[in-house]
Amino acid sequence: MTNALLRNARLIDPEAGTEGLGWLRIEGGRIAETGLGPRAGGMDCGGACLAPGIVDIGVKVGEPGERHKESFRTAGRAAAAGGVTTMVTRPDTATPIDTPEVLEFVTRRAGQDADVKVRPMAALTKGRAGREMTEIGFLMDAGAIAFSDGDAVCADARVLSRCMTYARSLGALIIGHPQDPVLSSGAAVTSGKFASLKGLPAVSPMAERMGLERDLALVEMTGVRYHADQITTAAALPALARAKAAGLDVTAGISIHHLTLNAFDVGDYRTFFKVKPPLRDEDDRMAMVEALRTGMIDILCSMHTPQDEESKRLPFEAAASGAVGLETLLPAALRLYHAEALSLPELFRAMALNPARRLGLEQGRLAVGAPADLVLFDPDVPYVLDRFTLRSKSKNTPFDGQRMQGQVLRTWVDGNLVHDRNAKTSA
Amino acid sequence: MTFSQTHLLGIEHLHPLEITTLLDRANAYAEAERGRRDHGQPLKGLTQINMFFEASTRTQASFEIAGRRLGADVMNMSMAASSLKKGETLIDTALTLNAMRPDLLVVRHPHSGAVKLLADKVNCAVLNAGDGRHEHPTQALLDALTIKRAKGRLHRLVIAICGDIAHSRVARSNIHLLGKMENRIRLIGPPTLIPAGAADWGVEVYGDMAEGLKGADVVMMLRLQKERMDGAFIPSEREYFHRFGLNAEKLGHAKPDAIVMHPGPMNRGVEIDGTIADDINRSVIQEQVEMGVAVRMAAMELLAENLRKRRNMGAA
Repeated sequence: MTNALLRNARLIDPEAGTEGLGWLRIEGGRIAETGLGPRAGGMDCGGACLAPGIVDIGVKVGEPGERHKESFRTAGRAAAAGGVTTMVTRPDTATPIDTPEVLEFVTRRAGQDADVKVRPMAALTKGRAGREMTEIGFLMDAGAIAFSDGDAVCADARVLSRCMTYARSLGALIIGHPQDPVLSSGAAVTSGKFASLKGLPAVSPMAERMGLERDLALVEMTGVRYHADQITTAAALPALARAKAAGLDVTAGISIHHLTLNAFDVGDYRTFFKVKPPLRDEDDRMAMVEALRTGMIDILCSMHTPQDEESKRLPFEAAASGAVGLETLLPAALRLYHAEALSLPELFRAMALNPARRLGLEQGRLAVGAPADLVLFDPDVPYVLDRFTLRSKSKNTPFDGQRMQGQVLRTWVDGNLVHDRNAKTSA
Repeated sequence: MTFSQTHLLGIEHLHPLEITTLLDRANAYAEAERGRRDHGQPLKGLTQINMFFEASTRTQASFEIAGRRLGADVMNMSMAASSLKKGETLIDTALTLNAMRPDLLVVRHPHSGAVKLLADKVNCAVLNAGDGRHEHPTQALLDALTIKRAKGRLHRLVIAICGDIAHSRVARSNIHLLGKMENRIRLIGPPTLIPAGAADWGVEVYGDMAEGLKGADVVMMLRLQKERMDGAFIPSEREYFHRFGLNAEKLGHAKPDAIVMHPGPMNRGVEIDGTIADDINRSVIQEQVEMGVAVRMAAMELLAENLRKRRNMGAA
């Protein structure tokens, strides 16, 4: 069914920054027509919110190598259930995605099994080791949408500058992880009174600014297109603002966990709250919410990182980092809406419009002619999250047992219904 | 009865009344020990396992003696040489031991929070004998008992904790305990060994011994934890001793009747001058060791009482 009429929906248009009750007509998998006010026929959305599907940059799927943590099938189902219609996958898999052959495997597996669109990133250096650049040209031909070594920061500025120079000649986008690799080595939490009392190895928030300043200097030198995967501290914002004001082609993202949780949530060594970079102080969290509102931070993502039970059932220092987020990104983001910190169009600007634009994708909009990648959600329905109801193979969510408000009702990709909350089939 | 804990994992979550209960019981044991009186074997029929994932001599010996004096069956397991090498996780080790039905589990582990992780998985009473840089509750309790006996009270004292605060679980437990008892706490050390955010703990931070020791009732020295350092914390041991090592001159800034403490083992000539450590008029270091046994007897007895109550309720 790629033709449909959705009426009585609250249309969230991040491009215009508006929302209003209206209707949307899908034809041939694309948005054919939209309008405000009532209209007869089609499906009654009951006043629920209709927004462009989320474009999630930085999703980790366990293929190849760690399919027991997450496969394209489970990730795709989780994405559809969370209103994520495009997953931009990370290359930091057990076997790094650093050759066209591995990338082709990923593309094939994603095409076979995933319910939503998948656009893979590739590694910037071979083995993500920070020594030799990957075949950036071939990888782009094979469909790599961006290049990143994930959280393995390239410590050698000469190698990174060459990668950037080469990438620039091809117009490739590089995604960096701004963090000083030496200062942050071995750290499990952000330094401060809480980390010190708990006796955990900690990193100063300044390590993020140091990493960002280094990367931005190299961006200025090489002219490459650059996106900082996560900017989570207020101390890093002035450098970002300067780079943007100077006209560098720079954007920045943040994970939903850093916008809705803080360092104190770790409590008595709860390893589901161990993420990279570590959760920050409340002052930083509030500064980042404001930075997202003003657009200084461009992109909000889930940083979906599946980890099995064993890798989290360890002492905090020894436990693996990361949290799943495909299904909880939207409900958690709605906390910011209910707290009146961000409007729905602002949230979808950061979750759909901006990431799509940054990657040169045509989705992420409610515009006529755009692909009908859509999410219908009720922003108000309350529930307590049970992690075992998640569709991800791994259940490591920090929101387990927490009160959430907002639920995805339906998700469409190219006009095809890929998730229906009321359907009887169990995922 | 004002001690309601299932485990003794740290000082942070204890109520001041629970601390007082523990110390009173421990003091009674200390007196009984000195009088060579019989304790009546309150732990008879109970099994105590000491699991040390980190090397220890004095703490392990102290727990063992405490258990034996109260009639427990004590077993020592040196975990550094055991199943961890075979790839077993901490939780599996805990479950394995739990299946042998011990009553008291004494655990030391190099990772902060590891003892709590283990305690959540077993149904006996767990005592934290030191987890990473987090807590070492029985050390803080024995320090408190020593101070109380020497000073006649455990409140409104000026207590200086000196040296390597950053790597010290002893310091953290002491800060919790002495703070709950309403003392004035000062931390003295080079800024590289003062943890980030320490000034927000409700303590005063000093970078100079003479200034920090002024008017102190208690001078608590910490061991420089060379094995936990990966470089560049201090320029050299001789400069450290010169600036932060306790000698007669620096001690002269404290009150004339100030006592000197050290959790041991000491690095003589690094953080403390040997003659100060051996000065029986100032140093209470040997008494600390003696109180260690008494405090551990009290802690294990109180936990065993609670354990028996829980089991009786479960059986009824």
